[in-house]
Amino acid sequence: MRTSKGARAGQYAALLAYLVFLAFPFLWLVSTAFKPPRELAGLRPTWIPEDPTLANFRQAFDEQPLLQAALNSLLAALCAALVAVVVATPAAYAMARHRTALARAASGWVVVSQAFPFVLLIIPLFLVLKNLRLIDSVPGLVMVYVVWALPFALWMLTGYVRAVPAELEEAAAVDGAGRLRILVSVTAPLLAPGIVATALFAFITAWNEFFFALVLLKTPEKQTLPVVLTHFIGAEGVADLGPLAAAAFLATLPSLAVFAIIQRRITGGMLAGAVKS
Amino acid sequence: MRTRILVAALAVALLLAGCSSGGTRDDGRITLRFQSLAWQQESVEATRELVEEWNAAHPDVRVEYVQGSWDSVHDQLLTSFEGGEAPDVIHDASDDLADFAYGGHLADLTDLLSERLKSDIPPRSWQTVTFGDGIHGVPFLQEPRVLIADATRLKESGVRVPTPERPWSWAEFREVTKRLSGDGRYGVAWPLKEPVSATLNLSLSAGGRLFHRGADGKVTVRFEEGDEVVPRTVHEQVNTDRSASPTTLGSGGSDTLPGFFAGRYAMVPLGFSYRQQIVQQAPEGFDWQVLPAPAGAGGLTQGVSPQTLSIAEDCPHKEEAAAFLDFLLQPENMVRLALGDWMLPTGRTALADPALRTAEHGWATGTALAAHLRPAPAQTVRGYPEWKDKVATPALQEYYSGAIGLDALRERLEEDGNLVLARYQR
Repeated sequence: MRTSKGARAGQYAALLAYLVFLAFPFLWLVSTAFKPPRELAGLRPTWIPEDPTLANFRQAFDEQPLLQAALNSLLAALCAALVAVVVATPAAYAMARHRTALARAASGWVVVSQAFPFVLLIIPLFLVLKNLRLIDSVPGLVMVYVVWALPFALWMLTGYVRAVPAELEEAAAVDGAGRLRILVSVTAPLLAPGIVATALFAFITAWNEFFFALVLLKTPEKQTLPVVLTHFIGAEGVADLGPLAAAAFLATLPSLAVFAIIQRRITGGMLAGAVKS
Repeated sequence: MRTRILVAALAVALLLAGCSSGGTRDDGRITLRFQSLAWQQESVEATRELVEEWNAAHPDVRVEYVQGSWDSVHDQLLTSFEGGEAPDVIHDASDDLADFAYGGHLADLTDLLSERLKSDIPPRSWQTVTFGDGIHGVPFLQEPRVLIADATRLKESGVRVPTPERPWSWAEFREVTKRLSGDGRYGVAWPLKEPVSATLNLSLSAGGRLFHRGADGKVTVRFEEGDEVVPRTVHEQVNTDRSASPTTLGSGGSDTLPGFFAGRYAMVPLGFSYRQQIVQQAPEGFDWQVLPAPAGAGGLTQGVSPQTLSIAEDCPHKEEAAAFLDFLLQPENMVRLALGDWMLPTGRTALADPALRTAEHGWATGTALAAHLRPAPAQTVRGYPEWKDKVATPALQEYYSGAIGLDALRERLEEDGNLVLARYQR
């Protein structure tokens, strides 16, 4: 079944259009970050700043503790991703391999739990964390992020576990491997791309999260990047656009770096040829 | 393999240990948390400096500066109050205080504030923070809505330039915008992304009140002759005269500035503090000036919702917090805060400061309007946020765009509006 040249060209055109659609806001953000105030207020928009400046970056760093906030975000996001994966992996394995009524109910609950609006949960959550003395602490925030990311992580990983043929585990068992040995030596390596993808999801979710961080963290030194970014916005939605764009641009860089570093791990086809049909 | 698992577990444990909360030192000193919403560079600097000055002079009562954001302050305060973790000193705006005050979350400052501060700020400003029998905040900064005008175009057109002593009437304003329009250019651009507060506050100048409180204390909406003037002017400018840009009706104030600088609009009605953006962004040589908003039967009267400082009811050191407020709002400090935010102070003494009376950047025009500022009509109306979002905003947007007429607007504001308000007044 060969694709015709016309169809292939159409596919590339669609892909290009999609890329432009996705990249436009980010590229515009980068452009804005380097424009001086007078150019920002120009009626004729320009892609390339006519008079590029680093003043917005200087002002952003002068006005707000961006570096500290970025470190806080990084710490919270890394912890949340690690804990979510460590907790979700064995649970996902159990749900995928043991299809009991309980596992089915758990899967259903995971889907249903995604429907709750977080505004509904914030006050009870706040009170629980307050009683645990975890308000205004990064561990408290990490706990919330883990709980928030866990259902989806579980759902994702369950699919990845199901994609690992059970015959591989059975073959290892026939060769005399114990349960733990099978999990660690056979299943885990094949699950690696799924685990990485899930960790990435949990990381990005926590990195971008605003509302819980806003409500749960009070001390300025502990605030995360999304919360600090709102400090560039004034009454009636008036924004200090240059410094805001500069800070927002810097805030996207870690996510991009994480993607760039581990994107090769998120590849399919690792299971190809593992089992002869 | 087991070693790897152990190493991974240890790494997680170490990471979480690194996350541990610092806690607070208990050295007997009082610490007050002051959440400020200052956001412009100058106002953040001024506020931080004042906090440092206080801390230097009061080693036993330390104030910790916490940066808040206008964008999320309501949700954040709501949650903090419910959880008993609110800041001790709270920066907000008077139109956001009603539910917090009635909910018992804000301290009554009546007996906590100094006589100096009480007498320095005029009664009309205190009205904006009086809920029930208590004073639940100190109004300290406010901004009138003014006309920012392209001075060159005004001069070229030969129209009479209004002053606070002799402002334009609403009818004259309409005529002027007609004269300034043509060739794809407009006399005015109304940024009415938030049409309700702008319309209601400006309507006071034409004698509009909209909300009428009966003898039983219940509020009803009545859209009367005075209430029609401002909406009708905007509607006619957009739909009949073509002297106001239809495209800016859904825009915020900042969005109109590029068109203003490019000569597309001769005037933009904006809050007084927008001057800071104009100074920053205006092209080299662009000549602009500040004009008073048009006046009607009510003169130059306008509704405002001042910025406020409140003390949380849960604050265990209310007297010390009130002393900090008193320091922060000393006349010379109020001037620093006003200059930093490009706004007007509410205090009479601060308002008389020469720094705020200069003609540069239109400061003098603004200070001349200060005496005409009144509490926004909706200030103490319970249910106003819902009325605004569900009834008034869509109705006014449709009216301004020409989708409905004045009678339909009246009907919706009154009938639908009173149904909403009734639920809050049973």
